[in-house]
This record gives sequence, C-alpha cells and structure tokens, in this order.
Amino acid sequence: MPILKILYKNAFRNKLRTGLTVLGITVAILAFGLLRTLVDAWYSGVEASSAVRLVTRNSISLVFPLPVAYKDKIRQVPGVKLVSWGNWFGGIYVEEKNFFPNFAVDPRSYLELYPEFILSDDQRLTFYRDRRGAVAGRKVVEKFGWKVGNTITLKGTIYPGEWEFVLRGVYRGMDDTVDETQFFFHWDYLNETVKKTVPRRADQVGFYLIGVQSPDLAATVALSIDGLFRNSLAETLTETERAFNLGFVAMTEAILTAIQIVSLLVIVIIMAVVANTMAMTTRERIGEYAILKTLGFGRLHIGSLILGESLVITVLGCLAGIALTFPAVAIVHHELGTYFPIFKVGGETLYLDFAAALLVAVSAAVIPIRRAIGIRIAEGLRRIG
Amino acid sequence: MAEKEPIVEVRNLYKSYRRGNYIVPVLENISFDIQDGEFLALMGPSGSGKSTLLNLIAGIDVVDRGTIRVGGIDITTLGETELAAWRATHVGFIFQFYNLIPVLTAFENVALPLHLTGLSSAERREHVEMTLRLVSLSHRMNHYPKELSGGEQQRVAIARAVVTDPEILVADEPTGDLDRVSAGEVLDLMERLNRELGRTIIMVTHDPRAAQHARVVRHLDKGVLNDAHPKDPL
Repeated sequence: MPILKILYKNAFRNKLRTGLTVLGITVAILAFGLLRTLVDAWYSGVEASSAVRLVTRNSISLVFPLPVAYKDKIRQVPGVKLVSWGNWFGGIYVEEKNFFPNFAVDPRSYLELYPEFILSDDQRLTFYRDRRGAVAGRKVVEKFGWKVGNTITLKGTIYPGEWEFVLRGVYRGMDDTVDETQFFFHWDYLNETVKKTVPRRADQVGFYLIGVQSPDLAATVALSIDGLFRNSLAETLTETERAFNLGFVAMTEAILTAIQIVSLLVIVIIMAVVANTMAMTTRERIGEYAILKTLGFGRLHIGSLILGESLVITVLGCLAGIALTFPAVAIVHHELGTYFPIFKVGGETLYLDFAAALLVAVSAAVIPIRRAIGIRIAEGLRRIG
Repeated sequence: MAEKEPIVEVRNLYKSYRRGNYIVPVLENISFDIQDGEFLALMGPSGSGKSTLLNLIAGIDVVDRGTIRVGGIDITTLGETELAAWRATHVGFIFQFYNLIPVLTAFENVALPLHLTGLSSAERREHVEMTLRLVSLSHRMNHYPKELSGGEQQRVAIARAVVTDPEILVADEPTGDLDRVSAGEVLDLMERLNRELGRTIIMVTHDPRAAQHARVVRHLDKGVLNDAHPKDPL
C-alpha cells in the first residue's frame, strides 16, 4: 500500500530532524523507565511481602522496643503458626557507604518464616550451632569478597562497639524479587552482650515476625495479638508484612510523588518536542496532502499518514529507549545495589513505556491532522511551486 | 438525430473570495457547456478567475451560487467525502508543477489513484504499465520524480491523470514550468489523448501557443467568460 510507503519514507525525509526527535524520545523513555524502575524498587519490599506473615511492633513507634517475653503469649494466639523476633542492628562495615541491612534474629524461626532465603543444610546447621555465626545474602558477599568462615566486623551504631561475626552461610533468593543483601546473626549473641554492657536494654526486641496458618486469619490474629497487650506498658501494633512495608514507603511518599511528577513531566516535554516535529513536517507537506485529497484520498488516509509518521518516529525512539533502559538499570543497580537491592525493569514499566510512546504519538499528531484535513485543496495546492 | 448531452454544464456560477474585510468577486454569472470529447483552452490574464473556474469544475473548490453538472451529476450538491470519491473516478488532474509524490517512483505515482478503486494488484500493474507505455515512459517506471526531467515528470502526471479512465481531464498551466521542447511534447501528448482516445480536456493557460493545441478556446476576463473561438486563441 503506497500510504504505508509514503508514511515510512516521510518519517526519514529530514534525517537530522527525525534523528534528533528520535534521540529525544529515546532519552525521555530511558529517563521515564529509570524513574519508574526506581519507584518499583521502592515498592519491591511491598511486592515481595507474604500474605501469611505479620509484623508486630511497639504501637508508639518502631524505635521503641517490646519485651521478649511477649513471644510466649503470642504463640498462644489461635491461628499463629510460628513466632520469630529480631532487632535492627544498624551496623556499619568498614565505612558508612558500605550500607547493607543487618538484623539480630532468632535463627531457626526466622529462616523457617522466610523459605525464600535458600541456604544449604550444612551452612544452616553450622549457623545454628555457632552463636557468633552470621548469614549474608549472595550479593553482599560478592560485593565485599567474603568467604564462608571469614570474620566480619561491624561497627555498632545502635549497639556501640566492634561486633565480630563469623560468616557461616550465604543465602540466595528463591526468585529475583528476594533481597539478597541482608545480613543476619543470632539475637542471643546480641542480647547476651547487651546484658553485660547495657543491662537495661536487654531482653528487648524491635519486632516480632508471626507466621499465620492462612492469609484469611491474618486480620483476626493481628487484632487478637494487639488485644493481648492493650493497656500494657508496651502496647503493640500488628499488621501484615505488606502493610508494615507500605508504612516504610509512606515515610518517603513525598520523594516518590516528586519522582512520579518528574517522570510525567518528561513525557509532557517529549510530547511537545514530537508535536513540534509533526507540526513542521505537516506544514512542509501540506501541498502533498492537498494532492492526495485532489486524487480522492479522504480524511482517513491523510490522518493515517500523519499519525503513522508520528508513530514510526515515536516507536523507534521508544524501542531504543527501552533497549537502553536495561543496561542503564544494570549500571544503577551496580552502583546503588545496597540501597535498592531489587532494581530491575518490570513488565509494567515496559507497558507504561509503550503506553507513554503511544500517547505521545497520538497527541503530537492531533493538531497536524486537524490542520491537514481542514485545509482547502486549492489553498494547499497554492503552497506548491 | 438527438443532440448530444454536454459532459459539463455550468449554470449561473458565482464565486468570490474574502480578502480581509473585503469580498472580491472572481466569477460572475458564468454559464457554458463543454461537449464530450472537447479540448477546451481557457485563457485570460492573471487573476481573471480561470484557475478558480477549473477548480470548481474539478470539484476541488466550492461554488457560492450556481450549478455544475459533470456527466449528469450536480457536483455542487455533493458533500466533502462524496466529492472526494467522485474526483477519484471522474476527474484526472494535471498541474503546472506536476505535483508528483516525491517519495514514490513513477510507477507508484501512477498507481496511486488506482488504490481507491477495487482493482486487484495484478490489474493495477497492468493498467499502470499500459498507461506508462502510452506516455512513452515504460523505461523510467522505477525512477523517482527527482530522477526525471520536467517533461518526463509532467508525462508521469498525465499518466496518473488518465490511469483511472476519468470523464474529464483538467490541466492548470500544464506547460508553465517546462521548456519549449518539453512543452511541445506534453501538448502533443494531450492532443493525442483528445483526438485518438476521445478524452475531454479542459486546460487553463495563458500561453497562446499551448492554446493552439485545443479545439476550442475561451477567454475569461474580470470574471466574465467570452464566446468560444475555435482555434482562435489570439
């Protein structure tokens, strides 16, 4: 069909202009994709949440502890399958920029609650037996070149001092949504040391992790747990792991909103750029559209020509932008992997890239189409020569 | 023997243009007929309204008042879409600047109007090849307009105009952008189309030599059409 040939050839008649427009779209889609991936990374903890895990913390704030003795009462709540507990340790490895999340946990119950952390049986048993033992995720181990058996020293920030751990295992995630940058060790090791150094902080936990028998029991169990400790010195707030993680995201909502606004602005800017290109090309070809109208081609044909050209340019830029998003995301992940353990291009981001490109193509073509189909043939023909 | 119906009947035609706050009359009360198989040259000074009249007959501009019947159809009553469909099958256009689509080859340019017909791909190819033979450009069918001379481009434009076998051919200064030799070839071709194939041609020109190729010459001056003068352009 000549209309297809015309629109394809028209798209490349002014190679410099088309090239620059495609480049602009490529950069815009790349930026949009990176920003969307950043937003996804923010929500990755939420996405990876389990429906059968609850988190119980102090109802005032996460920084206030709970007595370790609560664990026995929580175990009695109908619907509770397993109880684990832990503390955010906040240790620094060598220097602050080497950040990775590190926790003191009850090893057996913690690993049982997180079957997505894959650890060999040998390493698991060695870890259980060694009170100073620790397990770290594959990515953090690779980053610092650790080997099983190495002594890892963390500088405590919440719990002052130099803390030495022996790496007893390296876990990997069951799939690519699992954070492989965590470091965890025996809660007992932390507690016993704290008993000697700061006794008033002993026997306190930062959070409880509760496994429920089925997702539909989660709400009832949460209410029951909080009911147990109502009017006590340390009231609890129990929520699903998803709600707990969403709470963290909510703390940075302003940043997320800013990122989302910027990603939309990028699309609006490129829409203006493509609209300008299409307006220029249409103005140049108004005589040719008049010829086509003279020959009997109607509004649909003329509209298809302009929309098609807009689509060719935009889709090319979109594909190039998507192709570049993957290496760009890999670079960002390499550089900021400790802050964003899950940083990958999601399927939804790709759909949004295409949707944005489609929106840009259609929006940019609307005014030129109206102008081209609205012009009187005689007037259009006068522009030739 | 009954008199033959004219192919074009123009009655009480008025056309004016708006220039800012002013209405400028271009054609006033024009009435005339064009017989089937006629080769009419419309002459007149610049701004006399001859191109406007041609555009109105070809259905690419709309009248203020009056009627234009072409092949029995009153085209002044047709809507934009109907008019586009009518032009596709009833009128062939030849322009001063050829107006070929630059990104299409000679073959594709000629084939362009056939895409609005129900012809198959093979039928289209057959029509185009035959028409390009008619204008002696079979050997240039795969060339783009920029690779052709002005005369060759105008012959491609003529091929495009006749490929759908329209009832009338309209030509607006078809030799205005050509050298004398090429102009002569184009006019000879148009004359052949008229004499040998019986095509009705309406040609606007201000060139008396071009008008000599027509059978009938009419002068338009200040929006008024003078009587026909066969072969008397001067």
